[in-house]
Amino acid sequence: MLGKLSLSAIPFDVPILVGTFLAVAVIGLAVLGAVTYFGKWGYLWREWLTTVDHKRLAVMYIILAIVMLFRGFADAIMMRTQLALAYAGNPGYLPPHHYDQIFSAHGTIMIFFMAMAFMTGLLNLVVPLQIGARDVAFPFLNSLSFYMTLVGALLINISLFIGEFAQCGWLVYPPLSEMQFSPGVGVDYYIWAVQISGVGTLLTGVNFFTTIVKMRAPGMGWMQMPVFTWTAFCTTVLIMASFPVLTVTLALLSLDRYLGMHFFTNDAGGNVMLYLSMIWTWGHPEVYILVIPAFGVFSEVTSTFSRKPLFGYNTMVYATCSIMVLSFVVWVHHFFTMGAGANVNTFFGIMTMVIAVPTGVKIFNWLFTMYKGRVEFTAPMYWTIGFMITFSIGGMTGVMLAMPAADWILHNSLFLIAHFHNVIIGGVYFGYIAGMGFWFPKAFGFKLNEAWGKRAFWCWFIGFYLAFVPLYILGLEGMTRRMNHYNNPDWYPWMLVAEAGAIVIALGIVCQLTQLYVSIRDRNLPENLDLTGDPWGGRTLEWSISSPPPAYNFAVIPDIHGLDTFHTEKQLGRRAHNKPLAPIHMPKNTAAGAIIGAFSFILGFGAIWYIWWMAGLGLIGIAVTMIMRSANRDVDYYVPVSEIEHNEEIYSRRIAAAQAAE
Amino acid sequence: MAHEATMSPLAHADDHGHDHHHETPNVFGFWLYLMTDCILFGSIFAAFAVLRNQFAGGPSGKELFDLTNVGIETAILLFSSITYGFASINAMAKNKTMVLVWLAITFVLGLSFVGLEVSEFSHMIAEGNGPDRSAFLSAFFTLVGTHGLHVTCGLIWMAVLMVQMMGPQDLSQRMMDKLTCLSLFWHFLDIVWICVFSFVYLAGVM
Amino acid sequence: MKKLWRYLPALPALMLSGCTVDLLQPRGPIAEMNRDVMVAEFAIMMAIVVPTCIATLYFAWKYRASNTQAEYLPTWDHSTKIEWFVWGIPTLIIVALGAISWYSTHAYDPYRPLQTADNVKPLNVQVVSLDWKWLFIYPDLGIATINQLDVPTNTPLNFQITSDTVMTSFFIPRLGSMIYSMPGQQTQLHLLAAESGDYLGEASQFSGRGFSDMKFRTLAMAPEEFSAWVEKVKSGSENLDDTTYPKYAAPQEAAPVQYFAHVQPDLFDGIVAKYNNGMMVEKTTGKVMHMQSASSAAPSDTGMKE
Repeated sequence: MLGKLSLSAIPFDVPILVGTFLAVAVIGLAVLGAVTYFGKWGYLWREWLTTVDHKRLAVMYIILAIVMLFRGFADAIMMRTQLALAYAGNPGYLPPHHYDQIFSAHGTIMIFFMAMAFMTGLLNLVVPLQIGARDVAFPFLNSLSFYMTLVGALLINISLFIGEFAQCGWLVYPPLSEMQFSPGVGVDYYIWAVQISGVGTLLTGVNFFTTIVKMRAPGMGWMQMPVFTWTAFCTTVLIMASFPVLTVTLALLSLDRYLGMHFFTNDAGGNVMLYLSMIWTWGHPEVYILVIPAFGVFSEVTSTFSRKPLFGYNTMVYATCSIMVLSFVVWVHHFFTMGAGANVNTFFGIMTMVIAVPTGVKIFNWLFTMYKGRVEFTAPMYWTIGFMITFSIGGMTGVMLAMPAADWILHNSLFLIAHFHNVIIGGVYFGYIAGMGFWFPKAFGFKLNEAWGKRAFWCWFIGFYLAFVPLYILGLEGMTRRMNHYNNPDWYPWMLVAEAGAIVIALGIVCQLTQLYVSIRDRNLPENLDLTGDPWGGRTLEWSISSPPPAYNFAVIPDIHGLDTFHTEKQLGRRAHNKPLAPIHMPKNTAAGAIIGAFSFILGFGAIWYIWWMAGLGLIGIAVTMIMRSANRDVDYYVPVSEIEHNEEIYSRRIAAAQAAE
Repeated sequence: MAHEATMSPLAHADDHGHDHHHETPNVFGFWLYLMTDCILFGSIFAAFAVLRNQFAGGPSGKELFDLTNVGIETAILLFSSITYGFASINAMAKNKTMVLVWLAITFVLGLSFVGLEVSEFSHMIAEGNGPDRSAFLSAFFTLVGTHGLHVTCGLIWMAVLMVQMMGPQDLSQRMMDKLTCLSLFWHFLDIVWICVFSFVYLAGVM
Repeated sequence: MKKLWRYLPALPALMLSGCTVDLLQPRGPIAEMNRDVMVAEFAIMMAIVVPTCIATLYFAWKYRASNTQAEYLPTWDHSTKIEWFVWGIPTLIIVALGAISWYSTHAYDPYRPLQTADNVKPLNVQVVSLDWKWLFIYPDLGIATINQLDVPTNTPLNFQITSDTVMTSFFIPRLGSMIYSMPGQQTQLHLLAAESGDYLGEASQFSGRGFSDMKFRTLAMAPEEFSAWVEKVKSGSENLDDTTYPKYAAPQEAAPVQYFAHVQPDLFDGIVAKYNNGMMVEKTTGKVMHMQSASSAAPSDTGMKE
């Protein structure tokens, strides 16, 4: 009846988990209680949970990303603390069974549920606004994508309290992840969480690609697209090309586990290197899926706050596209130590280095965007400059690893760990936080607090170097990744420094939370309010409408005459449009996404625990909901002209108030 | 800048009044989905290519495959593409009854394809040559099974469309979009099957 | 106080001075090459990374909004000259690095046998990764060890590597390159210890619960000492053959060092063959042949069963 599930699956004997559970339960109940107390359930359901509005989905994605950041970071600081303790006979406080789950969960959560969710959130918030669209191409699928991501995140976090998580790293390499060596449910949690969220990501890719191709405002040719949209476009291409490979890879692994097949098993002809090849065919483009939109953010931020157009727009576009293409021909650099021939290794090594060319070009372009500009040191600009320095270093160590002869000694060492945190924190994370600060006023109508933002930056920046420079050195001292304890006295001091770095980063996160709190508290102060919708003197279309924008974004779809049309029009003093207003066709909110999400959860949970009736119920539920949704003809409505006029009037008054205040 | 003027973004269609449904991005989006599906099949083909000689002492394709059976399967599926084509033609002519008739024929053909495949599989499993026998058989069952699963989903979709067509949706623009998407899907599965037939069955027997 | 600050940049160097930076202090020609390639790369790239970082800070500071003295070009966004520069410089660097890459990857391919000037006969070692220990078989000497690798200095070491459990990676940092050990596969690695010493050896690919203790000592010693050691091992009584192998192959954490005076000759081939349905590629003829050996009868249950 309950498959593998029994009371013994609940880890009562691990005090850390019981404590975490109590904390999560208390916070969860407090949130639920508050919603009930303030009678906000109806509002929450109608306006948020069933929404198909890309801006609201964006906010939910980013909230999910921030919550997952806490979880992923908690894992990180636990690992650092373990390694600061577990030296010379001291076993530390995390036995391997627990520690191995933590490092597996850390990577999985940070990539799939922190970074991917954050990236998707930024895409949702910005892309339709930048191209002058009223929503994405498939608003319902957009909501569905969100729920798929959410369900994946839920499953992976439930593994904390029911059962266990995978203990074989964030890419669950077989044969370790096969039934023979990992008979528990940990790997199944991994598979289902990633598969379900992967479906969501794939839909996001299709959705945004269609949006960008089909829904740009009239006059916006390819080379008039804002750079962030270009990067979003490249990311969607990468998603569509690489996520199916991930789906297949994990599906084959689950066939091995569930049906006793032999794709990656030791015996009966299975091939482990096939798994490595396939997972990295997805895995390498994946890192560019994450970092390319961050490049887009930096481009927008640098040009806006340097008060200049982006240097070398065309070059930037070509560089982004070449990174996109090259990311597919480098995957073997993740296993130069497999014993492949010298020609294979050389090819993939050189291809990897070639990616450094367009990436280097981008760094130089940001540099020359600042050159002869008027650089304003806002918090997003801090993150950008921090990024340019950190990413240059991370890129350099990446090229070092791309050399097979060097990778043969650096592979799987802490040097590698330091490298990819260097580019993922210094590139991806810095970029997303810069983007959040930059577009926050667009989403909410008030700015984030600058002082706390800068404090957060300094903590992250310094904390990053404190935490990861020691790892570079440890890598050179021969320390491999994923160790639980060690006896080498040379390693110990560096581990202490890294622990200190993790604590400084923790302070950075505290600063970010404080920043959110202070910003919300002071949102009505005149210096924080964004009345004009254009708080930074922006250049692209999203700044031409009110903050937050109305559900339909644009009362009138703008005509585009070139790159940065909005900026040009501001310079020419033309801002008001005089096109006649017409009723706007908009999609209705729908609960279908949430319901399919709920059934996916049931499906996943049932499959993880071998509760087959439950999994079947989930599958049927998904199918029935889909069919009912496709039969539903009441999916859209028209916004009447009177309502648009009303909104426009309020907006004009706010602009007038802002001008009067100046 | 002439090329900009030729851009006809869909969002813009809103300004031209209410009747603009014929330009929905649905079909374009579905094309993209098919491309991702293509990559999905490509990955499974790649896995099959790597594992195709890993018999682990078990039988090879030569010993297992019955080309007559596969030939009938292939003929049925190809023929069902033609019958779907007739359904499409009738849909454009707004001849609902004939659309339903042709879809029903397609459905029966598709169902018999799946039936043949299931019987082939169960036969092999009964002889002890199931997907857990060797890596080659794992890859074989997965590749052919994934295609079969797609066909099954297509059949469910087809049934749903037929029911919906009889109801209030009739041959609305939305229904036409759905028919186009399913038609793309159905023909796509045909192409995949031809690859399966050539690279798995023919190459396995040769 | 001020004076102390001046020494701050030297702090990492100070912290390092007392300890071994394995990868920068090689003890063999392969490791030396690894290090040289790494250092050369680092140096070449520093030539562009350092100026870029400095330029970033300098431009940001010089063109700060409050500096109204600085030139301001609000519409300047293109310069063909600079574009040549931004594409050209990285390209040149990558061409240089690519050349190094091509050369070093071919010249120091782990599969390429090493030769000493005086043509010393290489030592063959068969390496088997187990849960969570290393088995070293010296096929020409008929002995074996667990978790300790003794090698003569200045002798080419030919490793054949496989796994009788999950995949992991065989790595002696101070001797250089690592290679995966994979069940059913034989990988090769060629190293050489130029100096005697006691070097860390480790599994560098996570392999499960006991991974952290999956370490071994690599004892490089003069050939005479090595011969003496071989004799010592041979005088022992433990045998490693099909009957005793399963006992030693069973999962074990932090396994102690063990010597075997006798090893069944085809043991290694049997371990490889059992994952290939008992099939084995004959090295000299390239023919596929069938292994008949108890260890190849069926995949042993040496998994992580608890």
